[in-house]
Amino acid sequence: LLSFLPERSNLAGVRHILLVLSGKGGVGKSTISTELALSLRRSGKKVGILDVDLCGPSIPRMFRVQGSDVHQCDSGWVPVFVDQEKSISLMSIGFLLEKPDDAVVWRGPKKNALIKQFVADVAWGDLDFLIVDTPPGTSDEHISTVEALRPYKPLGAILVTTPQAVSVGDVRRELTFCKKTGLQVLGIVENMSGFVCPHCSECTNIFSKGGGEELAKHAGVPFLGCVPLDPQLSQSLEEGRDFIQEFPKSSAFPALASIAQQILDGTSQRSS
Amino acid sequence: SSGSRDDSLRDRRAQMLSRGLPKQKPIDGVKQVVVLASGKGGVGKSTTAVNVALALAANDSTKEVGLLDADIYGPSIPKMMNLKGNPELTPKNLMRPLKNYGIACMSMGFLIEETAPVVWRGLMVMSAVEKLLRQVDWGQLDYLVIDMPPGTGDVQLSVSQNIPIAGAVIISTPQDVALLDACKGAEMFRKVHVPVLGLIQNMSVFQCPKCKHETHIFGADGVRDLAKTLGLDILGDVPLHVNIRETCDSGQPVVISQPQSDAAKAYLKIAKEIVRRLPVPPA
Repeated sequence: LLSFLPERSNLAGVRHILLVLSGKGGVGKSTISTELALSLRRSGKKVGILDVDLCGPSIPRMFRVQGSDVHQCDSGWVPVFVDQEKSISLMSIGFLLEKPDDAVVWRGPKKNALIKQFVADVAWGDLDFLIVDTPPGTSDEHISTVEALRPYKPLGAILVTTPQAVSVGDVRRELTFCKKTGLQVLGIVENMSGFVCPHCSECTNIFSKGGGEELAKHAGVPFLGCVPLDPQLSQSLEEGRDFIQEFPKSSAFPALASIAQQILDGTSQRSS
Repeated sequence: SSGSRDDSLRDRRAQMLSRGLPKQKPIDGVKQVVVLASGKGGVGKSTTAVNVALALAANDSTKEVGLLDADIYGPSIPKMMNLKGNPELTPKNLMRPLKNYGIACMSMGFLIEETAPVVWRGLMVMSAVEKLLRQVDWGQLDYLVIDMPPGTGDVQLSVSQNIPIAGAVIISTPQDVALLDACKGAEMFRKVHVPVLGLIQNMSVFQCPKCKHETHIFGADGVRDLAKTLGLDILGDVPLHVNIRETCDSGQPVVISQPQSDAAKAYLKIAKEIVRRLPVPPA
């Protein structure tokens, strides 16, 4: 049974697709996705974020658009724009829930169906980058997302970990997942790497240090950098502010800007 | 009257829906099951589950405690409890849990290689959870602590539909994004009729070891506000201490290795609060 195919696929205008994966929960995937999008916007790029975390969609809140509605157009769903200039657009199940506190308690097949829709039916238009923020694990969401994106040849995946052993263990598994599914690993980010006391500048490695860098070396993938624990970053995400614009002197800024730059360098190398 | 017609329609619908669902059956030998969940990943479920299981045993040495790691995709319990290896099989073909510090443990981590990812769809996950629940020779346990994975999906549904749960504890950090998910977690338990005993506020505050200055890295008091909104109690408050993470990474959880520390005391108190709120155990 042939389904009616639109003349131009909704992802045809997207130049680069990258996934943000981890394996471990709570290491900062959504944070890194958000800050990467903000940094790329600062460099003049048009960015979209597809949030496929159906159980815990964090992206809308990080841009302070959690109450927004999703509208339909001829080619499908219109993504939510975070600003007038339409430089960053988002799609998340968070926008489709009646109340923000509604729980999505679904089994795999229902999740898969929605993810296929998210990939095919969102009218992204022309984007330089589409960042796909994933939930923790290597389950239905991940398998479906990678399968659905395969025909569009994603650029690759950024893996986020915290330095501690339990995180690194999960991310090691995620690396194997990437290898098995043929997804190129663009690099590993070591997040929450050290905390500098704002009072006395003593650095404490609350979640340990170096685990991510070591894993990158061991696995032979690029290491994109260490991002320290920065209360200004957490606060800025809580309030849906633009950390990159407003806190260029904060401790996490240099690392986040560098990650974005490495991604940009990688893509310009590819096209040259 | 239309009121009673609506009621009878609702009852009939509930009856039809429940026909397709698995029947809840208690696990042989296990008196009470306590589930630790969060909704959000990375807030410290496994760390708390491990320390609370040890605390339950430490508070009352007559109680036998088991720990089940239901996180199929990212099993952390083996590392934290310093356990490794494939479980033996009993003559009845049940898996024997691995024991350390007096706690019987079972985890997906014992059944797969450390670097092997579990890339499974929901259906296979359901059967794996079924095995971890029923095909384990738990023996006689007073408490079985189940460490849930993040999210509100297959595993949570499978566990709550399969076995009776005495109570659920929800863990969160003070950040908004975590609280949002904690709320969803509480909502999920409400949907499947599991009583929520209360919330735990984790990573609440960090004290610089050098100058003692306190920083609320992940925000402050968010969990207290949520507890008030949901009408739940706060069972405890665990600060960000380097030694909690260090001891878990080295497989010697803080309740065992530093029982006099503030962190250990916080967990011992939480275990007490959990027991207080559980119904009287069956004889």
